[in-house]
Amino acid sequence: MAKIKGEIIIDVERCKGCHVCVPACNFKCVGVSPKVNSKGYNYVVFENSESCTGCANCAIVCPDAAITVYRTKVE
Amino acid sequence: MSSIAKKENLVYQRPALRTEKEYSFCPGCGHGTVHNIILEVIEEMGLQEKAIGITPVGCAVLAYEFMNIDMQQAAHGRAPALATAINRMMPDKAVFTYQGDGDLAAIGTAETIHACNRGENIVIFFVNNGIYGMTGGQMAPTTLPGMPSSTSPYGRDVETMGGPMKITEMISQLDGVYMSTRQAAHTPAYVRKLKKAIRQAFENQQARKGLSFVEIVTNCASGWKKTPTDANKWLEENMFPVYPLGDIKIDGKLVK
Ligand SMILES: Cc1ncc(C[n+]2csc(CCOP(=O)(O)OP(=O)(O)O)c2C)c(N)n1
Ligand code: SF4
Repeated sequence: MAKIKGEIIIDVERCKGCHVCVPACNFKCVGVSPKVNSKGYNYVVFENSESCTGCANCAIVCPDAAITVYRTKVE
Repeated sequence: MSSIAKKENLVYQRPALRTEKEYSFCPGCGHGTVHNIILEVIEEMGLQEKAIGITPVGCAVLAYEFMNIDMQQAAHGRAPALATAINRMMPDKAVFTYQGDGDLAAIGTAETIHACNRGENIVIFFVNNGIYGMTGGQMAPTTLPGMPSSTSPYGRDVETMGGPMKITEMISQLDGVYMSTRQAAHTPAYVRKLKKAIRQAFENQQARKGLSFVEIVTNCASGWKKTPTDANKWLEENMFPVYPLGDIKIDGKLVK
């Protein structure tokens, strides 16, 4: 059966660590890194990549548009 | 990098009309999300050459650095007056203002009401975060009853300071207003609804229907002294009951 699979790429340096994207994902694919970027923000990271559908919910709520989203169908 | 992150699979990226410059807004501030959606709509409607944005005084003043379209900046509260002039000189353009609640509903109240009353063919974006953000969280006309701010540290006292001003409901009574709506931008569902409203507003403007007014209720996490995610929760629990979302006027007719 064909399945929709997604992937997000986070621009760590643009992330301001607001974490508004974290609850926006229904599949818990966005987590918070214990590390900080060069500005000192705890940036977000892609987790549970298997569950990502590429719905872009995380990306459209990001004020800094730091997330790029890809989606494809896999057989 | 896996095989999915390829150009042909791209579904979302930074709006093309955004400049490279990083937003000056605080982490999680709704201004950034609203900027992004406006730019997406302008791009999707092919209005890059026509759009002229008027920036306010307030945190959004630097929008001209972030939006890769023609921009002008007005004196505090005077964006609708400047938009009126530009729109009348160049009626084929897509003129919009982008204003905060201190700008639009306090110092600019007169300009707002009269531009609405005249039915200028412009779009007004009204970002209501219930506070003066840029200057350090002073009370705005939109501040909620009991809500602390730097100039009402014990909370807004309605007896002496009046209640929250619902400017979108007020201007909706004016015949010049063709569309008015109140939206939000902090969850995916609200972002999608807001995008539709913004598109409708620009379509009205291009069809010369008159004035379209889009209020967006957002957080000011810094002014509210909360984390962005807590501020968004607080917004739903406290701002929404006073500023209910939805369309107020559509196609020149009150729907609420
Ligand atoms: C004539 C004038 N009066 C006062 C100010 C100071 N001032 C700068 S920003 C601002 C408040 C803006 O608040 P708001 O419109 O709510 O926007 P926000 O910063 O919350 O986005 C004020 C009073 C000014 N720049 N010019
Ligand atoms: S002070 Fe408030 S409105 Fe201004 S950028 Fe910060 S969060 Fe946004």
